Amino acid sequence: MQDAWTLLSWGPNGWLDDIAYGVFVTVALALATLPVGLLIGFLVALAKRSSEPSLRLAGNIYTTIFRGLPELLTLFLVFYGAQIGIQQIMRLVDPSASVEVNSFVSGMVALGVVFSSYASEVFLSAFRAIPAGQYEGGYSIGLSKAQTMRLVVLPQLIRISLPGLANLWMILLKDTALVSAIGLSDILRQAGVAARVTKHAFLFFGLAGLIYLALAILSSVGIYAIERRVGRQEVAR
Amino acid sequence: MSLTANEAAATVERPPPAARRWTRERILGHALLGLWILLGIGLVAYLVSAWNIDIFQKYAPMYLDGLWVTLTLVGSSLVCGAILSIPVAYGRMSSNRLIATLAYGYVYLFRGTPLLAQAFLIYYGLGTMRPQLEAVGLWVFFRDAWNCALFAFSLNTAAYQAEILRGAIESVPKGQWEGAASLGLHKLTTLRKIILPQAAIVALRPYGNEVILMIKGSAIVALITVYDLMGVTRLAYSRTFDFQTYLWAAIIYLLIVETLRHAIEWIERRITRHLHR
Repeated sequence: MQDAWTLLSWGPNGWLDDIAYGVFVTVALALATLPVGLLIGFLVALAKRSSEPSLRLAGNIYTTIFRGLPELLTLFLVFYGAQIGIQQIMRLVDPSASVEVNSFVSGMVALGVVFSSYASEVFLSAFRAIPAGQYEGGYSIGLSKAQTMRLVVLPQLIRISLPGLANLWMILLKDTALVSAIGLSDILRQAGVAARVTKHAFLFFGLAGLIYLALAILSSVGIYAIERRVGRQEVAR
Repeated sequence: MSLTANEAAATVERPPPAARRWTRERILGHALLGLWILLGIGLVAYLVSAWNIDIFQKYAPMYLDGLWVTLTLVGSSLVCGAILSIPVAYGRMSSNRLIATLAYGYVYLFRGTPLLAQAFLIYYGLGTMRPQLEAVGLWVFFRDAWNCALFAFSLNTAAYQAEILRGAIESVPKGQWEGAASLGLHKLTTLRKIILPQAAIVALRPYGNEVILMIKGSAIVALITVYDLMGVTRLAYSRTFDFQTYLWAAIIYLLIVETLRHAIEWIERRITRHLHR
């Protein structure tokens, strides 16, 4: 039995370097998912507030499906579904083809669609908070539709939706733990490997929990800084 | 003469309704909707073509068992969590600094870490503490993965429910408490008769969301060897390598969540009847 400090040291005897790699993977996955999720979420929100009924319906189907499925199931659907789907297509060209889908990309896609379906609701309610006069004002000084959106509406939209998006970021950070189930070496998987090898499950899973907590605290500090910056712009207006 | 005037009035030609033009939005909307319809048809066609009576007969009862495990697990942890959330919410609202900090720490701890990490910590972590647990007689409880999941979920949902409860109670204006106090009502009577009915309207939607989140979150117990709906699905997939196993699970989960969502909306309309005109 080694003592806890040896196990948590950096290097061949300790596991800290492995877990640090897990932290890197988790943070990288969350950061890579964020812009994808935000962009899709914004587009879906635009579709859902459109005056065209078919576009609204298409957007609503998207959110209904991806908010209703468990995140873990979405992940498996993307991971195995993409594997089977791509394999089928490859078989048409080369019958002996075997495809291995990247688990990082699968995780990114699955978490991205879940994030975007929630984000679209946040954007939608932020859109509702912006009075029609803002658009009319934009048009009346000769801005085009796209310019009004970019110069008048979007800055206000970001400010209004920031608290909701911050919440979603916290959820995203926690949801990344699910990718350990498809073999990506994130914090939880690295901790699990360490726990299995050393039989110190409580120590390593406790450490994993503390790291997630630290990431959450770090994020809330960052979010607070962003909110202050954005809030200052409003005062200066 | 007047008759013809009437006839003329009846046949007045109204301007034709403005023709709906094929704008870019409309084309895009129809294209996307067409894509969804194609996907839906594809799903049905796939499920029909992959229909295999042997697999169905073998796994359908297992899926039902899994569904039952999911629902009982979520139901019992929601109830345990609700009971546990009352002291936590009380602590959050307490003016005693120590109690308030402890309650805040509890809530932050469980809301800041992934449910999966909590479940692993309890299932694998407590597994390594077997001698100590046996000494206090708790091993019988934590030996079973289902109980570990129940324990983890109850602690987790208690943290979320405590925040919902606190938010709802604090959303009721202070004047309601003062008014009741001036009538000489006891604090508990005030809470039960005046505050909670008003708080329930505020709390219903977050509570409903919590139920849905728990149903979805409960899928992770498959990773700690509980055969809930997700666990059964994984088992079936690993035995048959048939992708339809996952699709059936997706359909079942979607049906549960959509049913719940509509039920919550119905309850909300019902308890806010006095607010609508």
